[in-house]
Amino acid sequence: METKHKEISISEFFEKNRHLLGYDNKSRALLTVVKECVDNSLDAAEEARILPDIYVKVKEIAPEKFEILVRDNGPGIVRQQIPKVFGKLLYGDKFHRLKQSRGEQGIGVSGAVLYAQLTTGEATEIKSSIGDGKTHYYKIKIDVKKNEPIIIEDKVIEEEKWHGVEVKFIVEGIYREHKQSILEYLKLTAVSNPHAHIIFDSPSGIIEFKRGTENLPKEPKEIKPHLYGVEIGVLTRMLYETRERKIVNFFIKEFTRIGRKTAKQICEKAGIDPNKKPKQLTNDEIRNIVNAVKDVKLLNPPLDCLSPMGEELMESGLKKEFNPEFVSSVTRQPAVYRGWPFQVEAALAYGGSITQSKILRFANRVPLLYQQGECAITKSISEIDWKRYGLENEIEKEPIIILVHVASIWVPFTSESKEAIASYPVIIKEIKLAVQECLRKLSLHLSGKRKIIGMEKRRKLFEKYVDEIANAIEELTGYKKEKVKEMLLKIIERKSTIGEKNGNGEEVEGNRSEDFR
Amino acid sequence: METEKKLKEIGLKILDDIKNGRNPSIEIPVRTLSNIYFDEKFRLIKLGDKIAKRTYLNTAHSRKFMQTLLIAAEAKKIIEQNVTISIRDLYYALKHTIGDTKENTFEEQNESDPIIEDIEAALNVLREQLHLTADRKGYLAGNVLINDSGDIIDCSKMGSSGWAIPSNVEPEVIKFMEINADFVLVVEKDAVWQRLNEDKFWKKQNCILMTGKGQPARGARRLINRLHREFNLPIYVLADADPWGYYMYSVIKQGSINLSFLSDRLGTPDAKYIGLTTSDINKFDISKNVTIKLDENDKKRVKEILNYVWFKPKPWQMELKNMLKTECKLELEALSSKGIKFISDVYLPQKIANKEFLP
Repeated sequence: METKHKEISISEFFEKNRHLLGYDNKSRALLTVVKECVDNSLDAAEEARILPDIYVKVKEIAPEKFEILVRDNGPGIVRQQIPKVFGKLLYGDKFHRLKQSRGEQGIGVSGAVLYAQLTTGEATEIKSSIGDGKTHYYKIKIDVKKNEPIIIEDKVIEEEKWHGVEVKFIVEGIYREHKQSILEYLKLTAVSNPHAHIIFDSPSGIIEFKRGTENLPKEPKEIKPHLYGVEIGVLTRMLYETRERKIVNFFIKEFTRIGRKTAKQICEKAGIDPNKKPKQLTNDEIRNIVNAVKDVKLLNPPLDCLSPMGEELMESGLKKEFNPEFVSSVTRQPAVYRGWPFQVEAALAYGGSITQSKILRFANRVPLLYQQGECAITKSISEIDWKRYGLENEIEKEPIIILVHVASIWVPFTSESKEAIASYPVIIKEIKLAVQECLRKLSLHLSGKRKIIGMEKRRKLFEKYVDEIANAIEELTGYKKEKVKEMLLKIIERKSTIGEKNGNGEEVEGNRSEDFR
Repeated sequence: METEKKLKEIGLKILDDIKNGRNPSIEIPVRTLSNIYFDEKFRLIKLGDKIAKRTYLNTAHSRKFMQTLLIAAEAKKIIEQNVTISIRDLYYALKHTIGDTKENTFEEQNESDPIIEDIEAALNVLREQLHLTADRKGYLAGNVLINDSGDIIDCSKMGSSGWAIPSNVEPEVIKFMEINADFVLVVEKDAVWQRLNEDKFWKKQNCILMTGKGQPARGARRLINRLHREFNLPIYVLADADPWGYYMYSVIKQGSINLSFLSDRLGTPDAKYIGLTTSDINKFDISKNVTIKLDENDKKRVKEILNYVWFKPKPWQMELKNMLKTECKLELEALSSKGIKFISDVYLPQKIANKEFLP
């Protein structure tokens, strides 16, 4: 009863609370629709090990009314699933599993369908093929009361053999090209997904984000949940759904890193018979388990389940999109927060075509555009002492772009719209360490650069006097000044690039050079 | 060796550096406090043996290296032309904009003057041998007959102005023909010199009355040196009772740090300090109203001087410590508070008669 009630209410809930899902204003709504589709496309392609080609079209068909079309070359969706994927909220293959992915809750794309229908009354058109030569076409709406798809049209159409998904929405919105726009989102997505080729057919022209690498990111592994991270609600559902007959086996089978000994220990601490049937546990007993878990020492979850972008990809992404003078990056070892494995990466681009400072936030490769102030990434960076890294100005005034990527099985967002990462101390610490390491590399680069500028200045200083000196030597010795100058320039060339280490102190015998006043 | 040849040697040495791909350099004796010593035997400040290399390819030296070569080359040129120019002429002759920069070879004369001294020290030649002269500074009056480049000058008949002491007083230029004096009185200030000249002090006391107009220039110092050495005349120095006056006296007596390589010619170790001192305040009953309170700068300088070896004699240590204790200094003009002629009729005659000198 309870679950059913929730499913029915979810669409209605969405109707009333669409700001929580990223539809709080007309400009952001357009972005959210595109983002849901592109995130899904990238996830699907990655899972199928396909290099993604994504086409995004945003066209204003009437004032504040837009056609949004997203087409990918992913594996496609099998016919039977199409209506549910697009026409039922909370339907998804990602919610119940634990694997690093862009989408998580299964609200995303169906939320976009619902938004279209709420704002323009238009149904959403979907075309999909799994590469079997058949292209399925659906026109779908959502029955809000039942949270079920309404199929308006369903047919097989003749098209060339292909695979992938194409979705077309008609939605209300406002198109902008500011800091938190579709353009910015796609640009950053191209940075974090350099293996993707994205074409954006925007109201102001076609923009192409070329593929930066042919290498697909490492595929993340699916893992079972870790007991530390499990909350009462989730535990209740898992207890209800499990096939295990004994609670002790439930712990061993359904969670990662739990052995018989630990499982028994938990039962003991919670005061539950290890042989009790999972479905028979009372709410109090479930609460006792959650409390007992806190007192039991559990092994960390396996850490090889994450797929970081990697230093090379981050650097090539930054180079490709920003044309900087210098890049550095670091991928930290995975760490654990509340039982969930996570991994932090940072990269930094400096100078070149960059004119202002910017922080690029990513969670599971998805750029985060909103709620910057509440995000653990922003907070961590604000705690760093910049002056220690040879930067002359406040960070806001430096031509520097800092990219931070937090990858996790379950990224702790501060809200459902997934725009800010929660500030767990261990996450803050990892982000700081990563950014600081990038800054150390930058600082080396800057000091090297200053040295070169210093050498150049030295050489210029010496060359400035070469004519005067050559003239004087001719006056004193009668030796031709042109010859003297030629020889002097050679010496300058040689001595101002090498021998720098001796600095200004090399020529004093018996005393220091300061003796010249 | 001739100066001209020495200058050429510098050029050839640098040319040799260049031909061998070395960083060109000039060796110059270090003329600072760290490289001078007090020669107890001769009681003079002498130059130590520390040599600094002034090199081209050193950002701290490059400009000075260029300037040194320019001055050496110019000196060679004027010697060849057999003309003598002033150090100010030299500054203007060499001052020009470097290439297409906004920088001049010399911005101020105070950039070129010390380099001339560097070259003198490096080549062990005098400024005059480089055919350079400085402005005249200082005056003299007394029973002295001088042959200045062939012209006979009677220094007892110079009226109110006195004979202006040229920068070059070497025997080749200035010859003493006749001297009738018992001592030389060197006065720090021109105004006081004028007062004493008007009072015909030199006539009354049968002395030579000189002033260096503040810190005496080389000409005046060399003249004092010659008058003492050649005619055995006692040298008495009259200056303000303050650290600057005392230091001026020490320069006349022992030579200066800057020109320590010329101390033999410029210093007069037998010179005596006649006044003023802070002990004069009580001795001559001078009103406290005309004394001046020491400022922080004065105190700092007194403490520095206390540590100079040549101020180590006990009377000087006592005087300097007394100055710090009483925290006051005294200008020569303060004596006028006792009457305009007090200085020439009472103060100086009494001091000379009683031989009340500081060493």
